[in-house]
Amino acid sequence: MHRVKIIKEIFMDEHTITINNLCTSITVDIGIVKAVENVSFSIKKGEVFGLVGESGCGKTMTALSIMGLVPSPGRIVSGEIIFEGRDITRLNEKEMQDIRGNKIGMIFQEPMTALNPVLRIGEQIAETIKIHNNAGNMEIKDRVLRLLKQVGFDEPEKKFAQYPHQLSGGQRQRILIAIAISCNPLLLIADEPTTALDIATESQILSLLNGLIVEYGMSMLFITHNLHIIRKLAQNIGIMYAGRLIEKNNVEDFFSEPLHPYSRGLVDSIVGLSGKEKRLKTIPGFVPRLSEMPEGCKFHPRCNKVMPQCMINEPPMFTIGNEKWIKCFLYQG
Amino acid sequence: MDKVLSVSGLKKYYEVKRSAFSYKKEIVRAVDGVDLSLERGQTLGIVGESGSGKSTLVRCIMLLEKPDVGDIVFSGVNFTKTNDNQLKRLRKDIQIIFQDPYSSLNPRLRIYDAIAEPVLFHNIAHDGDDARQRVTEILGSVGISEDFFQKYPHEMSGGQRQRVAIGRALATNPLLIVADEPVSSLDVSIQAQIINLFMDIKERTKISMLFISHDLNVVRFVSDEIMVMYKGRVVEQGKTDNIFYQPMHPYTQMLIDSIKGGFSSRAGDDNHAPTGCAYYPRCERRTSVCAEIAPELKDYDSGHMVACHAVHG
Repeated sequence: MHRVKIIKEIFMDEHTITINNLCTSITVDIGIVKAVENVSFSIKKGEVFGLVGESGCGKTMTALSIMGLVPSPGRIVSGEIIFEGRDITRLNEKEMQDIRGNKIGMIFQEPMTALNPVLRIGEQIAETIKIHNNAGNMEIKDRVLRLLKQVGFDEPEKKFAQYPHQLSGGQRQRILIAIAISCNPLLLIADEPTTALDIATESQILSLLNGLIVEYGMSMLFITHNLHIIRKLAQNIGIMYAGRLIEKNNVEDFFSEPLHPYSRGLVDSIVGLSGKEKRLKTIPGFVPRLSEMPEGCKFHPRCNKVMPQCMINEPPMFTIGNEKWIKCFLYQG
Repeated sequence: MDKVLSVSGLKKYYEVKRSAFSYKKEIVRAVDGVDLSLERGQTLGIVGESGSGKSTLVRCIMLLEKPDVGDIVFSGVNFTKTNDNQLKRLRKDIQIIFQDPYSSLNPRLRIYDAIAEPVLFHNIAHDGDDARQRVTEILGSVGISEDFFQKYPHEMSGGQRQRVAIGRALATNPLLIVADEPVSSLDVSIQAQIINLFMDIKERTKISMLFISHDLNVVRFVSDEIMVMYKGRVVEQGKTDNIFYQPMHPYTQMLIDSIKGGFSSRAGDDNHAPTGCAYYPRCERRTSVCAEIAPELKDYDSGHMVACHAVHG
């Protein structure tokens, strides 16, 4: 199916990307694992959207779905991802390649494994530019050097000729950022870009990303389990639990009053966000495995406000105020 | 109060080659002259970025790594001068919890056996019944129910495995527990449960703890005192509140700023003169003296120690 939907011009101006009811499943021996289930959100131009959740909640799968990189045997089952007026889930591989790395850039979590160990830094950055642009070698080199400077290297010429193993983790992550922004993408996806780094380096990378967003006016999807980072960087936040997006809120309101009981639990259980009590508040139990999902609301076995209907039905989306919504029966009617 | 552990002048250097083909060797000062002392029931938090030497320091304290210079006196015995037999007995009193509960538990031992092993090895239980009672008690205290006794580690989640690892450390009634990044591989909602468990242990027993983490928020929550390390040296040490509300060293200040929500932009270039302050290349308050002489850790205000020329004037 190569049918391409044309969305109204007005819609395009406002949102860089809109995801509607995205479902991504993986077929395994024991059945179908629904890694992403009915996820919808959109990101405005210049907005940083933070996608938060614990490991295995489907945040990385959401990112890979956008990039068209869902690993086999997984696939996008239904839903649409609208980018530049087209539903990119319906594009063929050739068309997707034009977008991936060009209009949508991605920064991966592991800077140690995301770079090719036998290619010089300069070549790796140049590769992306070469594929997506019709530019001469001199022009490409110029752009690579400018990018290296932009991501904070004082001697770009020297870094150009080095290999990944000669760089530290933080430096490698900056190279990945340079690759991701090399074609001036409209959307940058950052999947836990600082998790493998220590706090001082993390701070530098975040301030670099923040600067780039402002400078280029890109949108960013920032995936993390670290709420401290979201508070610093993002304007809007989405909380994922067991493959579902259960709350969408703006960052300011979220931290003063998280809506979903799970969000409340998360905020309370994080050291440094909670008050100065002697004990941290905790969410009892643990995240269910994707293959052993409970009936009804997936959070109900851990929820302290559970009601009878939570055990039978899955809560639909309840809209609260402006661009805020939640999937929880507490907010019904 | 009794002193459980005192470490003085501990140094551990490694020789590394710059590349696989070079003859030239470089010396990495993983731990470069660290002193610390720990009293009964006290928790000392050790903070630092990767490569600051915090893990090497605890590995030396456990004698998993032999220190080059320095003394480690643990409950009155000089650790560095003991023979293997004595050491084996002393190991009962000092236990370690590692970062990754996926690799620190034996995958072929059932949970019950994992806890029973140290209990039987150190002759803590007299017979089978006694051992069984002891294991049940310990696993109960870390929140593992009897349903799990016959399970293998792979059947449990990360948080549960870390509970088992903590139980195993508690099994021998140690005087000191060393926890090396015990929560950093866990999910956020599980981290809080494990931190609370550490707080319970602290209150219930008189066990001293060395708590290592790169996450200042976590360290702050559990520690009585905090030690900040940078490149193998202690740059600042003091009571938790002093470190948080009056950080003196520029490095500590940067760490605290970054968790409070600031962005730091000063990128470090790591080559520095081996004589001067290790933090010189990244420091915002550096002067010419900092490049020449490494600052010593000196008392700033009753027990609050700082190693910085700018602070001591």
